[in-house]
Amino acid sequence: MTTTLDQESRSRRRSAPDRRHDTGVGLPWLLWIPAALAFALIVFPVLGLLIKADWARMPELLLSDAALDALRLSLLTAAISTALCIVLGGPLAVVLARGRLRGLRMLRSVVLLPLVLPPVVGGLALLFLLGRTGLVGRGLDLAFGITVPFTTAAVVLAQTFVAMPFLVVSLEGALRTAGRRYEAVAATLGASPALAFRRITVPLVLPGLASGAVLAFARCLGEFGATIAFAGSLQGTTRTLPLLVYLERETDVDAAVALSLLLVVVAVVVIAVGRPRTVEGLR
Amino acid sequence: MKVRVLTVVTAVLCLALAGCGGGSDGAGASGNRTLNVFAAASLTDVFTTFEKQFETENPGVDVKLNFGSSSDLAQQIVNGAPADVFAAASDATMKSVTDAGLAAGTPTVFATNVLQIATAPGNPKGIASFADLARPDLKVVVCAPQVPCGAASDKVEKATGVTLTPVSEEPDVKSTLGKVSTGNADAGLVYPTDVLAAGNRVQGVSFPEADRAPTNYPIAVVKGAPQAEPAQRFQDLVTGEFGRKTLQAAGFGTP
Repeated sequence: MTTTLDQESRSRRRSAPDRRHDTGVGLPWLLWIPAALAFALIVFPVLGLLIKADWARMPELLLSDAALDALRLSLLTAAISTALCIVLGGPLAVVLARGRLRGLRMLRSVVLLPLVLPPVVGGLALLFLLGRTGLVGRGLDLAFGITVPFTTAAVVLAQTFVAMPFLVVSLEGALRTAGRRYEAVAATLGASPALAFRRITVPLVLPGLASGAVLAFARCLGEFGATIAFAGSLQGTTRTLPLLVYLERETDVDAAVALSLLLVVVAVVVIAVGRPRTVEGLR
Repeated sequence: MKVRVLTVVTAVLCLALAGCGGGSDGAGASGNRTLNVFAAASLTDVFTTFEKQFETENPGVDVKLNFGSSSDLAQQIVNGAPADVFAAASDATMKSVTDAGLAAGTPTVFATNVLQIATAPGNPKGIASFADLARPDLKVVVCAPQVPCGAASDKVEKATGVTLTPVSEEPDVKSTLGKVSTGNADAGLVYPTDVLAAGNRVQGVSFPEADRAPTNYPIAVVKGAPQAEPAQRFQDLVTGEFGRKTLQAAGFGTP
């Protein structure tokens, strides 16, 4: 089902005249220069990490309890946060792309706030809302004895906060590109909005959802500022890989470099496995 | 064609990299000399006072302060950052600079700090001693052992035999204090200087065992400093009478 629709959507893309690049028209060669500089700016610092790494100590540094705990926690929290982004951010993207309420444009710029805010500020905002003396946090504490800061749940909330816009923006873009033609046809054939959404809209934007989820997951993996401000840092509970890297560099730069490389490897694997297919599809 | 493009790209890259190599020196546009002082974040308030005093005493010298985690600053200096003076928050971080042969002379300890318990204003949980911090009804935050305040906390724990189960080990002392001043933790192990600086948002509880783990603040002129002579004068200001009084007023101990 998914594959046939996918093929359909691809052939539809091919038929669009502005999407064809493989007609023998070359790139203006001047583009190569800034492109190479951009690539170098990303790759050279990572190469620097590789050069700085102490390969002899690598196994010992990566297999320490602290490192393994941090890796486990990072993967777990990033996975839960990404799931939350999909469950909550997915519908939000649909509402933003298809909703007909006035003021939705305003809403969209608010959704982008976590992209612009320094993550530490996001963490503080969460703390002021859900902390023990916060607006909602005080009530939670008094009524149920629940305190959110310093828990793994706080890490997940911080990551979801910063990663949500990545999913929403990707998915909303996919929804707009997909258009509403197929849904309209389905409606004329008697499909209810719910059925058309489930059988047509969702499969159509699945690649967009996947690339958004990959971006969100990657953003969660790298999350630092909001986590330290809101969740604190304790091995096995709240100390994710970036927090451990930040701490280790105080005393052991080799350990910090080794852990950074571990993060790089995880990120590369995630991006390679869940390669943003919408981007690939445009080639 | 492809080869030529690659050559052009490589050439441009080389030019760009070479272009960034030329650095600037200490001379400002107005002919003022710039003195770069790298200091631990916990020294922010006192060193800002020192900057004003020094610039009044030495017209023509513009003091630029760079605050940060001591180990970050030490890393920057070891990697060639243009520092004239370095004031660290622990002997260990200063050691990484002296080990690299980058300190002119022996570093001088100009201030000391001992831990203090920070609680909510009015101390609602009635925390009176270090041993109280082990109470199960308390949410306690400390610094991580990798940073000076955390190393000191560890030392006090070992010396007293009291084992803490903190809810968080923060990466720096301000972060630890923040968790207390926002009411999310009941107590934190910080320095009296931080408690003083926080005003009425927290209350300090001193405990005698803190003396077992003092933290030293050493200062040194960086070897090959572009402004070696004013750098020495700045260090003299910090270690002299004015420096002592300012540091004591801020809650530091002085040798």
